[in-house]
Amino acid sequence: MLTLKNIDAGYGPTTILQDVSLDVKAGEIVTIVGANGAGKTTTLRTIVGQILPRRGKITFQGEDITRLHAHDVVDRGIILVPEGRQLFPDMTVRENLQMGTYRKSARSDQESRLEEVLTLFPRVRERLDQNAASLSGGEQQMVAIARGMMAKPTLLMFDEPSLGLAPIIVSQVFDVVRQIAATGTTVLIVEQNVFTTLKVADRGYVLENGSIVLADTAPALLKNDHIRRAYLGI
Amino acid sequence: MTTFLQIITNGLMLGGLFAIVAIGLTLIFGIVKVVNFAHGEFLMVGMFLTWMITTRMGLHPFASVILVVPAMFVLGALTQRLLIQPLMGAEDDHVQIFATVGLSTALMNLALLTYGADIANTPTFGLRAPIELGPVRILTGQLYIFLAAIALVIALQLFLKNSQTGRAIRAVAQHRVAAELMGVNVPRIYILSFGLGAACVGLAAVLIAPLYPTSSNIGTYFVLTAFVVVVLGGLGSIPGAFFGAMVIGIVDSAAGYYIGSGLREAVVFGLFLVILILRPSGLFGKRMTLSHLS
Repeated sequence: MLTLKNIDAGYGPTTILQDVSLDVKAGEIVTIVGANGAGKTTTLRTIVGQILPRRGKITFQGEDITRLHAHDVVDRGIILVPEGRQLFPDMTVRENLQMGTYRKSARSDQESRLEEVLTLFPRVRERLDQNAASLSGGEQQMVAIARGMMAKPTLLMFDEPSLGLAPIIVSQVFDVVRQIAATGTTVLIVEQNVFTTLKVADRGYVLENGSIVLADTAPALLKNDHIRRAYLGI
Repeated sequence: MTTFLQIITNGLMLGGLFAIVAIGLTLIFGIVKVVNFAHGEFLMVGMFLTWMITTRMGLHPFASVILVVPAMFVLGALTQRLLIQPLMGAEDDHVQIFATVGLSTALMNLALLTYGADIANTPTFGLRAPIELGPVRILTGQLYIFLAAIALVIALQLFLKNSQTGRAIRAVAQHRVAAELMGVNVPRIYILSFGLGAACVGLAAVLIAPLYPTSSNIGTYFVLTAFVVVVLGGLGSIPGAFFGAMVIGIVDSAAGYYIGSGLREAVVFGLFLVILILRPSGLFGKRMTLSHLS
């Protein structure tokens, strides 16, 4: 469904990604794990069109999307739940969710999707008419995910969804990711929380210093010696 | 007592005038984050257009709104697309400021070249006739400006609050990157917003032209107060600009009567400095700005 081939990308004069190739198949949960600064966020921002790659090719459902602008990539159904939530602080939670339906193919059946999303996040329902800025970190993360779901994504990408959240909230977030995948949405998730993510994912890529060093099924990665030493502390 | 009421009324009418000029400026700043130093010259262009249409076609000046407002929208949209947008990637944001200053000078000189240094008087069609409201007297045209300012504030708030495009505009103002991730075409929203801001000052121009003589430097006369009003209201806040304009209008009017008309501006700008020192984010603070626009 999504393929990256030999991608080089970075900011200004700095190159961050070097020769990154990966693919995500329909219905999978794929994860990219790696340390802080490995290039995980850059990978997602390149996919979504916020960074133009210097080399390589990105295809989505057979279409070359390498040079598309972010809003056009979003129009194709690739939605990113960004790191640090990035809600619209002075809009109500409801308005934030409505912004999720901005892309054209998400505008129909908004009401029923809102109902679905709110069933998944009862806490968000209680906060609908509050300003997003007044929510706790965990609640904001829920709203950010709910906003992504409102966009009716074909591929939903998460950037560090567990960042800065209490452990109990983290497990809730991963439960939700599992439920989203169960409804047929393809998921690409980027995390430093390697153990929990690999428990949820089907396959994983390990990114170190901007390059993919390992790719395998999630259970195999959990048993991999390098992973156990470098990321799981075992 | 009647004098006092008359002073307050004059202040409110003056406030309406300041507000209607300032609304477009604060709108552009709140969304595109560009200070448009050519705003006064946009007003001047709008006033010349009104004068031309009114005198050539013999229409009521207000009828020219059908042509002036769309024309000003196009001028604003083109300014964003051709002048500001190419500079948005620049390392230094100040480049945009110089660009709008340049545009201001260019428009002023273009007007001087086209119309000369003479004053253009738009036919008044009775808009300078006074009407009596109870104990106070005001000019008919002033009342229309005041009412139009209120209507414009309400209309913009409804548009920004309730329409899909309005929400997208607020989203861009609050978090550009996140708006992009929702599929919003940000450059297009900027073009639209700049156009809207210019259209607002176009409306102001139509209403002001019958009351004030139009000349190439008329923009400078209004725009300084507009900047004060925008800062006072909390940069980017439309209702803030409106109430800021009322405060300045009343202070201006009262100072003119009680202190002396020569000192009006000294009082207004002195007060402005004091408020800025005490409340750097403007009279209506951060909360109002943020909940409404940016």
